Amino acid sequence: MSAIPISWYLVLSAILFGLGVVAFVFKRNIITIFMSIELMLNAVNLAFVAFARARGALDGLVFVFFVIVVAAAEAAVGLAIVIMLAQHRESLNVERVNLLKL
Amino acid sequence: MMGALIALHSEQLMNLHRLAPEVVLCLFGIIIMAVDPFVRASGKRALGWVALVGALLALASVHFLVYFPGTAYSNLIRVDSFSVFVHVIVLVAATLAILGSLDYLDREGIQRGEYYALVLFAAAGMGILAGANELVTAFIGLEMSSISSYVLVGFRRRALVSNEASMKYFLLGSFATAFFLYGIAMVYGVTGKTRIDAVQSALEQIVAGQGHLPALAILGLGLIFVGLGFKVVVAPFQVYAPDVYEGAPTPVTALLASAPKAATFALMLRIFYIAFGSAGDLWFWVIWVSAVLTMFIGNLAALVQTNVKRMLAYSSIAHAGYILVAFAAFSEAGAAAVLFYLAAYVLMKVGAFLVVTHAGQQDEKRLAIQDYAGLGSKQPVLAACFSLFLLSLLGLPATGGFLGKFFAFQSALQVRERWLVALVIIAAINSVIGAYYYLRVIVVMYFQAPSKDYTPSPVAPAVAVALFIAAAGTLYLGLLPGRVIDIARAAAQSLSLH
Repeated sequence: MSAIPISWYLVLSAILFGLGVVAFVFKRNIITIFMSIELMLNAVNLAFVAFARARGALDGLVFVFFVIVVAAAEAAVGLAIVIMLAQHRESLNVERVNLLKL
Repeated sequence: MMGALIALHSEQLMNLHRLAPEVVLCLFGIIIMAVDPFVRASGKRALGWVALVGALLALASVHFLVYFPGTAYSNLIRVDSFSVFVHVIVLVAATLAILGSLDYLDREGIQRGEYYALVLFAAAGMGILAGANELVTAFIGLEMSSISSYVLVGFRRRALVSNEASMKYFLLGSFATAFFLYGIAMVYGVTGKTRIDAVQSALEQIVAGQGHLPALAILGLGLIFVGLGFKVVVAPFQVYAPDVYEGAPTPVTALLASAPKAATFALMLRIFYIAFGSAGDLWFWVIWVSAVLTMFIGNLAALVQTNVKRMLAYSSIAHAGYILVAFAAFSEAGAAAVLFYLAAYVLMKVGAFLVVTHAGQQDEKRLAIQDYAGLGSKQPVLAACFSLFLLSLLGLPATGGFLGKFFAFQSALQVRERWLVALVIIAAINSVIGAYYYLRVIVVMYFQAPSKDYTPSPVAPAVAVALFIAAAGTLYLGLLPGRVIDIARAAAQSLSLH
């Protein structure tokens, strides 16, 4: 059962997090960008679970619940914002979100 | 049996006492949300007054924190004079923002109950941040304040700029949160702890044993800095801030630019000074480079702005840089200087944005610096207030902003370290650059003729009260700083650095 070392989980978590960052930077659709953030949060969850299992402690698992709950709250607000923007713009491409200059 | 029950009961009561401001804020927020559907559109304004009462009661309930220092909920929350100081800053900012919102929302036709509820929830989140003794509690506080402010930024639903600002803030804010959380995960992986004092002792043991921090801990520290750097708006994570501050309803900008910064800097002090106290020479360079970049980017970009709201947004970035100068000192005096600076900064920043709120007129049309021409002759009191806030932001003697800078630079020089002296010199150069764009607004207000089509609207009583409090506070901190600096020093002491 304990054949898979913790480092594998951590590497997987780092890869997922990295993919999330790359997708956040390069994707153009707001929904996809939003999904990449969720991917990053799940990478965090994986890291917490792996560390908690390696230490045989429960507290790491508790944090995962907090992260899930907050991510759900964030998703509710985020999708509402996306809908509001879509009603005005009829486009979900971030390049058309350009009224405010960077 | 009975005795144990009573002991348990009194412990629960103690916990509630130590969370009193947050309990009051959330209670009033929930009441407003519950009552809102039954209130007719013409009566929504009353909900704002309810929120104001809630914020003031929360401010009064800070007394509980003063009388019952200690920890609550098995060490998740720490109540010390540091937490009390930050609570007061946050609640004063929230109160002033509510006062400034009452008439603004009427004018824009978006007077709604949930606006005030969200302001209260955001303030509760910042209060939790101020007292967090546990990284995951801090995360909850951070998200409470962030998620509420994502909605507040987009509150002018019919204005496209507000929508866009809200979306940008939401995407980049959640992006930053993920970094912060990944950092916590790394810290948890190294130490097995997430309580700030437990992380401190665990890291000190590791450093004593191995002679250096493990790579995973350094990575965690870096990730936490990225996450919190976004929230306090320091370079290189500042790109989103001017857009968000410009697009948000102006009273929300007043709140965003002040209170969350104070609360997040408080959390940064706890994490960097205490939990990562053993890695001081490591994060010193991160803070140093970030401070230099933040000051230059903020000040140089503010020079070329023509929009007052955007100019003030860049100025708030520059001020985060000055706060980092005191932060880099890594001493008790440095922490005290950060706290005093935050107190002065919040008053002058909220004050300045409230003037912009009023002067913007309907649909926030009048935001260009040129629109302020002749304000000095048409509305002399308003112009005088704005000048006071701008001069305080500039750092003119006899204002809170001057003494904030003074204590910040002094605390950095006291350490007698070459690189800190260099940092103070860079900060001084930046203060001079800053003088140009603040004075330009004052010159336009007093020495240019007003445009013909402009008729000033009278300042509403609520806004006038808020402006008076902010102006009086700015002058008080500038002329009689003794009491506040003593409290700030005591607060820094209660951080118990090693």
